[in-house]
Amino acid sequence: MTLSRRLLVLALAVLLLGGLAAALVLRAAARADQPREGGPAVTAGEVTLTQRDRLAFLNTAQGPHRGALASVPADAPEAPRTASGLTCRRFHAAAGTGVCLSSTPGALAQENRAVVVDAELRELRAFPLAGTPSRARVSPSGRFAAWTVFVSGESYGAVFFSTRTSIVDTRTWALEPDLEKFAVSMDGRPYSAADVNFWGVTFAADDDTFYATLGTAGQTHLVKGSVSRRAVITLARNVECPSLSPDETRVAYKKRVTRGASLWREHVLDLRTLREVPLAEKRSVDDQAVWLDDRTLAYALPTDGVVDSTDLWTVPADGTGAPRLMTPGASSPTRLR
Amino acid sequence: MYLADRSASAPAGAKPARGRGRLRAGAVAPAVLALGTVSLITDISSEMVTAVLPLYLIAGLGLSPLGFGALDGVYNGVSALVQLTGGHLADRVRNHKLIAGIGYGLSALCKPLLLLAHSLGPVGVVLALERTGKGLRTAPRDALISLSTAAESQGRAFGVHRAMDTTGALLGPLAAFFILNAAVGGYDAVFGVSACVAVLGVVVLILFVPSAGSTAASATAGRAGGDGGPAAAPVPAAGRSDGGPGAAPAAGVRGGRAGAVSVREALALLRLPRLRALALCAALLGLTTVSDAFVYLLLQDRAGIGEQWFPLLPLGTAAVFLLLAVPVGALADRIGRRTVFLTGHALLLAGYGLLLWAPDWPALPYVVLALHGMFYAATDGVLPAAVGATVPARLRATGMAVVGTGQALARFGCSLAFGGAWTLWGAGSALAAATAGLLCCAAVAAHVLRPTAPDGAAPAGSGPGGPPASGTGDDRAPADPPRRPRGTR
Repeated sequence: MTLSRRLLVLALAVLLLGGLAAALVLRAAARADQPREGGPAVTAGEVTLTQRDRLAFLNTAQGPHRGALASVPADAPEAPRTASGLTCRRFHAAAGTGVCLSSTPGALAQENRAVVVDAELRELRAFPLAGTPSRARVSPSGRFAAWTVFVSGESYGAVFFSTRTSIVDTRTWALEPDLEKFAVSMDGRPYSAADVNFWGVTFAADDDTFYATLGTAGQTHLVKGSVSRRAVITLARNVECPSLSPDETRVAYKKRVTRGASLWREHVLDLRTLREVPLAEKRSVDDQAVWLDDRTLAYALPTDGVVDSTDLWTVPADGTGAPRLMTPGASSPTRLR
Repeated sequence: MYLADRSASAPAGAKPARGRGRLRAGAVAPAVLALGTVSLITDISSEMVTAVLPLYLIAGLGLSPLGFGALDGVYNGVSALVQLTGGHLADRVRNHKLIAGIGYGLSALCKPLLLLAHSLGPVGVVLALERTGKGLRTAPRDALISLSTAAESQGRAFGVHRAMDTTGALLGPLAAFFILNAAVGGYDAVFGVSACVAVLGVVVLILFVPSAGSTAASATAGRAGGDGGPAAAPVPAAGRSDGGPGAAPAAGVRGGRAGAVSVREALALLRLPRLRALALCAALLGLTTVSDAFVYLLLQDRAGIGEQWFPLLPLGTAAVFLLLAVPVGALADRIGRRTVFLTGHALLLAGYGLLLWAPDWPALPYVVLALHGMFYAATDGVLPAAVGATVPARLRATGMAVVGTGQALARFGCSLAFGGAWTLWGAGSALAAATAGLLCCAAVAAHVLRPTAPDGAAPAGSGPGGPPASGTGDDRAPADPPRRPRGTR
């Protein structure tokens, strides 16, 4: 082949591939603006965290309000939803304070932020994040907010992950940037290791105690910690993403079914007897569940056949009953009382 | 033909003086530019995916990435083996372009497959396949660059390639940004566009990269001879190996030139004293070079950088690498590749020292990142350039693979050891241990790699100029030292 012939083939290839690439981008752009047929009805409106008896969540249905914080009546979770202007990847709220973790693509790198909002969803304080948002919780009194991000250190081709969990006091805006600086006590002895990772914080009502997951040496542990004393102690093994019940007697968590596999089964642990009860949800739940009340848990499961979308399901917390689809196309549930 | 044929400078002792002048002003071989373009395009495609993959896996698929991080270690081992296979296969079938093409093609195929993988298992498989493709193509590609360039400008050629490669790596996330801005949540668009770009890279490879890197064919620009069928290619390549290093073992290896390259010949490469020294030193130094991820963590830990700057740290290294790759490569050609290679490690030592000392300078992160980037500029392209000058042409890819694999495995071992040391002793002590180790290894390497004349002859005239002069003579493998006047460098 002569040079000119080769250049011609190259030009053709560029045209074809460029056209295909442009078509793909345009198709995705069009899809982002159109709501899907048969999807839930979404209208723009006002969402405040002090509204009573509502369920707030992030709308993951396709369309212009994708990713927005939306709310529905708590007793009619499939009703048309009202979407606010706040867009998040992960959200939680309690007592009129909310925390919103957002991630937007930036020119050089991803821009990740944690924003604490008030009841009218106005921004109170924003914090830059070191990585991709993962979990978020606000304490029942609204004073503390915690979040977990995944930090990736990248080099040419080598990617590794580590978590960073932070807790902020919304009264003083004092930020504890990394829970790994807390003292760890395991089986009665001080423990330190470089591979310690914390995630999935859940707060108690006394504005000091919290529960979280500690991962180290290939094992996960349930830890109970104190914000003021900056210390945690381990309680049980193979407990991930704990969620404390409103009456603070039980913890809902996901338990790894087989070692090394990414398969979890949701359980409830009684903190007094340390007895665990598997829930009726037999599918693998990879989420930090939320207690809608003392008897019901809500969690997100991936929507069948749709990428980047989840549905909210509920299940009784005592191991009886059956899981029920509560809200399609939603994530990060929060019960607003 | 003779004037255009830069690599056949061996017969004429007086020629090199004039030839060198022409080389410095000469253009980089078209094959190198073509391979650089392929790498640029392919890196845009890979980095586009890498930029959005974490968010896609965690937010889009709801996966927990901790298991993902564990897989990465497995990939490193697999990648090393694949690299050896790729290098040897390329020499065996005498068609570097074919093996490199398979590698690029495999990676291109994996991009759309990502769209179909919805849980950690399939995603892991797809990423492993992509790593396999990358491992396959590294050694043949480097061998092609080396074979297409005269021995005098190997450093610069590799510098050009690495610079283009890094440019692609920096443009990738930018492309992902534009696509995600245009189509919110459009990960399938990112993967699809990445696949299109990767296919374009393969097309460029097929059209513009010559088959076996014979210098005569590629020097005459535009001639189709370069990739005119595998049969034509091996003959010029074998012919060029006349210009290969005059070391006795190589001559013995070359004895059965007409036959295919066998595994035994490949293993016999290790008997080349120069190559053995180079491979051992590369591995030794790799054993004490803390991996990038740890450097950024250490920097953040000891220089107190804010959270939002953490993802930008690798870009600092990449920018410095990009700017310095070509000049440092050309410098390596002039003052000796081994000198530059060792100096790069000395710069890295300085960086570690600064991290250990952790002074309260506002410019500390920039200085450390600059030193890190300089280290890459002085070693990433210079090592294959040095290897290329030591290994005969028909075993070039195998030689590249051997040294590269040794270094990769050593680095992997170091990151395991460093991680363990950090766990046991803390960041400061682990870094101090790594620094001390690097210092010792660098001293040993400097001694082992000290320049001697080829063929084990006594280090003649290692006079005042000592290392640089005879070092250059070493790397200019085709020339016979007695015939080259010492005065003319």
